[in-house]
Amino acid sequence: MRRFFLPLGIFLVLSVFLAAGLKLDPREVPSPLIDKPAPSFQLAQLQDSRKTLAPADLKGKVWIFNVWASWCVACLQEHPLLVELSRQNLVPIYGLNYKDGRDNALAWLHRHGNPYTLSAMDADGQVGIDYGVYGVPETYVIDKDGVIRFKQIGPVTPKVLEQKILPLVRKLQG
Amino acid sequence: MRRITALLLMMMLMPPVCANEAVPAAQDPALEQRVMRLTAELRCLVCQNQSLADSHADLAIDLKNQVRSQMRAGKSDAEIREYMVARYGDFVLYRPPLKPTTALLWTGPFVLLVAGGLALAFYLRRRRERLTQIELTPEQRARAEILLRAQQQDRSR
Repeated sequence: MRRFFLPLGIFLVLSVFLAAGLKLDPREVPSPLIDKPAPSFQLAQLQDSRKTLAPADLKGKVWIFNVWASWCVACLQEHPLLVELSRQNLVPIYGLNYKDGRDNALAWLHRHGNPYTLSAMDADGQVGIDYGVYGVPETYVIDKDGVIRFKQIGPVTPKVLEQKILPLVRKLQG
Repeated sequence: MRRITALLLMMMLMPPVCANEAVPAAQDPALEQRVMRLTAELRCLVCQNQSLADSHADLAIDLKNQVRSQMRAGKSDAEIREYMVARYGDFVLYRPPLKPTTALLWTGPFVLLVAGGLALAFYLRRRRERLTQIELTPEQRARAEILLRAQQQDRSR
């Protein structure tokens, strides 16, 4: 009898581990930036290159920082959601236009709608590296003290927005 | 004829065009070697199962340039590794550091080895006990001897 139960037991334990492993997403790398101050930068604005955007300008308010590009296919997936969110005026969305061209970026916003209060141009991707960006789109929630509280890699889904981002924003806005 | 000449001319012009792309390596082989050695130990986050050195993803190329310029600025390998970990986490390191969260990763194989060795030793000892504990009755012993003798005769024939 033991001969039969031991392999079966090992098999069951292995199955549970492997099943759990299947559900994990290897692309979701825990960001070391959570609860760290948002890296500072000073970049030209997309719409008006004479003006700049810096995280320091946004101290005192909760904001969403969204990394996007006109060449990014997955960005289209989350874009309607961001446009809808910006209409609700719950929280300002700032964009980081990542490794993109000004003309392409402006045309893309014109075509798909502009949910961003402002977008900063990160043409060489240096700021993206500082924010640990590796899979555009990425979305950060940054609190009143300029600390990163949440990071979403890949498109924001309605579920993530409803269950994680909005509750967190409400809590941070106090 | 003219077309062939043109083709030959184009072929002669090709090599220097290709050589241009490899300029960074040629400029400073020692630096380039250091870049390759370090980036071979860093994971490309876009393609995950490739190292930064192997990957041609946009981000990997940017990060390689980053490593190169930091080395030129006199940063040590450890400092550059720290720079990467601060942005992408321990996940970028193919050799993760020993920390409470990675203790199982490092010790796991050895724990399994020791457990396997102990199980094997335990099993072998019990098996030997079982084999040496077999008692034969006089009849069985006599029968075994007959069988063994027959076998020996078989063999010597």
